[in-house]
Amino acid sequence: MEQIIRALLVMGGGVGALLIYFFGSNWILDLSLRDGRTRDGQYISREKIRERIRPWLFVGPALLILTMYLIYPAIQTIILSFYDKNSQNFIGLDNYTWAFNNADFRQAIFNNLLWLIIVPTMSTIFGLIIATLADSVRWGNIAKSLIFMPMAISFVGASVIWKFVYDYRGPDAAQIGIVNAIVSFFGGTPQAWITIPFWNNIFLMFILIWIQTGFAMVLLSAALRGVPESTIEAAKIDGANGFAIFMRILIPQITSTILVVWTTITIVVLKVFDIVFAMTNGQWNTEVVANMMYRWMFRSGDFGRGSMLAVVIMIAVVPIMIWNIRRFQQEEALK
Amino acid sequence: MKFSFNKLMVHLVLLMFVLVWTLPIFGLFISSLRNKDQLIISGWWSALRTTERNEVGRTGDMDDQFERNGMYVISGSFFAEDSGKKNIKTLGLKQDALDTYTFDEAVDMGDGSTLTLAQDGSYDWVSPTPFEHTRGKRIFYVANIPPTFSLKNYTEVLQSERIGQAFLNTFTVAVPATIIPIALAAFAAYAFAWMRFPGRQFLFAVVVGLLVVPLQMSLIPLLKLYNVVGDQFGFEAKSYAGIWLAHTGFGLPLAIYLLRNYIGGLPKDIIESARIDGASHFSIFTKLILPLSVPALASFAIFQFLWTWNDLLVALVFLGKRPDQIVLTSKITELLGSRGDNWEILTSSAFISISVPLFVFFALQRYFVRGLLAGSEK
Repeated sequence: MEQIIRALLVMGGGVGALLIYFFGSNWILDLSLRDGRTRDGQYISREKIRERIRPWLFVGPALLILTMYLIYPAIQTIILSFYDKNSQNFIGLDNYTWAFNNADFRQAIFNNLLWLIIVPTMSTIFGLIIATLADSVRWGNIAKSLIFMPMAISFVGASVIWKFVYDYRGPDAAQIGIVNAIVSFFGGTPQAWITIPFWNNIFLMFILIWIQTGFAMVLLSAALRGVPESTIEAAKIDGANGFAIFMRILIPQITSTILVVWTTITIVVLKVFDIVFAMTNGQWNTEVVANMMYRWMFRSGDFGRGSMLAVVIMIAVVPIMIWNIRRFQQEEALK
Repeated sequence: MKFSFNKLMVHLVLLMFVLVWTLPIFGLFISSLRNKDQLIISGWWSALRTTERNEVGRTGDMDDQFERNGMYVISGSFFAEDSGKKNIKTLGLKQDALDTYTFDEAVDMGDGSTLTLAQDGSYDWVSPTPFEHTRGKRIFYVANIPPTFSLKNYTEVLQSERIGQAFLNTFTVAVPATIIPIALAAFAAYAFAWMRFPGRQFLFAVVVGLLVVPLQMSLIPLLKLYNVVGDQFGFEAKSYAGIWLAHTGFGLPLAIYLLRNYIGGLPKDIIESARIDGASHFSIFTKLILPLSVPALASFAIFQFLWTWNDLLVALVFLGKRPDQIVLTSKITELLGSRGDNWEILTSSAFISISVPLFVFFALQRYFVRGLLAGSEK
């Protein structure tokens, strides 16, 4: 109770401070640079100066926070990656060479590549299939809503949900995980799925696919609706069947959306941490770079290697970042 | 779309997807309502069936005996007090002879004494001569456990596992971490959309670039910075204010981007005519733009709230694990480690943690979808 009150107070204080800043700074600007008259009675408008300063009052706080929380730390992380554990001594590329000779790191890179190939691909394919199917049945909207639902759930929540699905009770006990129950129902041997190297990666990936498919579906569904009916009609008249229409008419027209979906999920995958952390913490050959970074940063307190691992993730993001900015600039040019 | 797909196949495939996407959540929910003893011996899909379980009970010893009508009696119950509708099916004196007797049947114990076990688990062991054993005798029985659903798991985790506190902590993180970036971003977005200032294009391109910067790039320097600032000014490095600002920083690029696209898309005429009428940018923004932008603000608010509510990494870095700071996601990963087999605790805690996002999701789905589309299509 006390905590709620304290939180509300601090919250009110924070929001109040923001309001005071925005109102106050604009008021002071209007007051200190108001229109006036010179000594000989000539009217001066200071409108121009005011409107030259005001944009900075608007963007100032946001730019300050962005600089402090994203730009400065990013630069600092790059620098720290060339320093040792305690950021005391410059050690050049030692952290990087250490990584490339480290079996854990190679495993993490290999797994990350698997994640990068499989998760965006499967999410997009599933999303596309569901979007297409749901648009052709009457209960499609309910189906879409239900498939979209995992999008709202935390990675940790999803991990608990799927840990329960994959649960293993020993060969003789009754299985309470649905996967093993199905396996034993069909006469197979129940397995501790998340401890079987290589395949366990796939089982972890499925959790993220399960979460991201809804996102892909929503975007692709909207894009499919935007495809002009006339192009489909024309293809039908030319005798194309459903599959050909889908592959040759629909897909080419939604390529840009597919790319957006793909890159967005790719970014999510690169940062994936919670699922691995909660399910295996990198055991049984499931390590990924983001989890490894967390381990080195916190468990070992090695800021040099931690930073190096963050930089590795960043390097993978850079191409997408450049592509994003280019795309944005092209769109602006068209406006 | 009017394709010549086989209609039935369409329904079946879609149904299969829906099942795979919903059953895991449904299973978690059902399990969280089940009795913890049932939970570990039968799958949630059999929750409506009565399950049987082989158990063993131990009678009292000679110290527990009392006299009744000239006979010596030991009585008690094999069931815990809160066993619900659990009942005895059959029993026996050996582990491999569980079905020798039924409940209420007098069991000859060999030395002239008889034991009767009632269906509710209470037993009466009657002997003409005083009992002399010092260890209770073991009775093997088969218990029927009828399905019971209750909120017991929930009350238990809320009290003994401090999930209630963690729930409050999560709110304490998520609400300000949603409001602050919106306020900052709305002003910035308006400036980017409608005000002229040098470097506008460049700065916005920077924001677009920052959209994808992984937050891992920020963690270590910020951690160091917080420690230094905390030391210098004598307050704790791990605090709510610290995590609010961190979430604000990480959420701002998307907020500015989304809102700028929306505000920039508002009709030019209304802003220009207001300018001609002599309104300042500040009053245009507060009186005209803000009310018009409510849908976009709502979309972003949902994103940011879900993201901060669901976040684990930022909370691990910027908040401690003390009871008054730990958030739900962090608490649950701890439970996964320490109580990995106590599914009654895990399922109910997890459901408490996902209930708020699910509520927000179903109540505000329209805004959520609109925001997703705006964020990616523009």
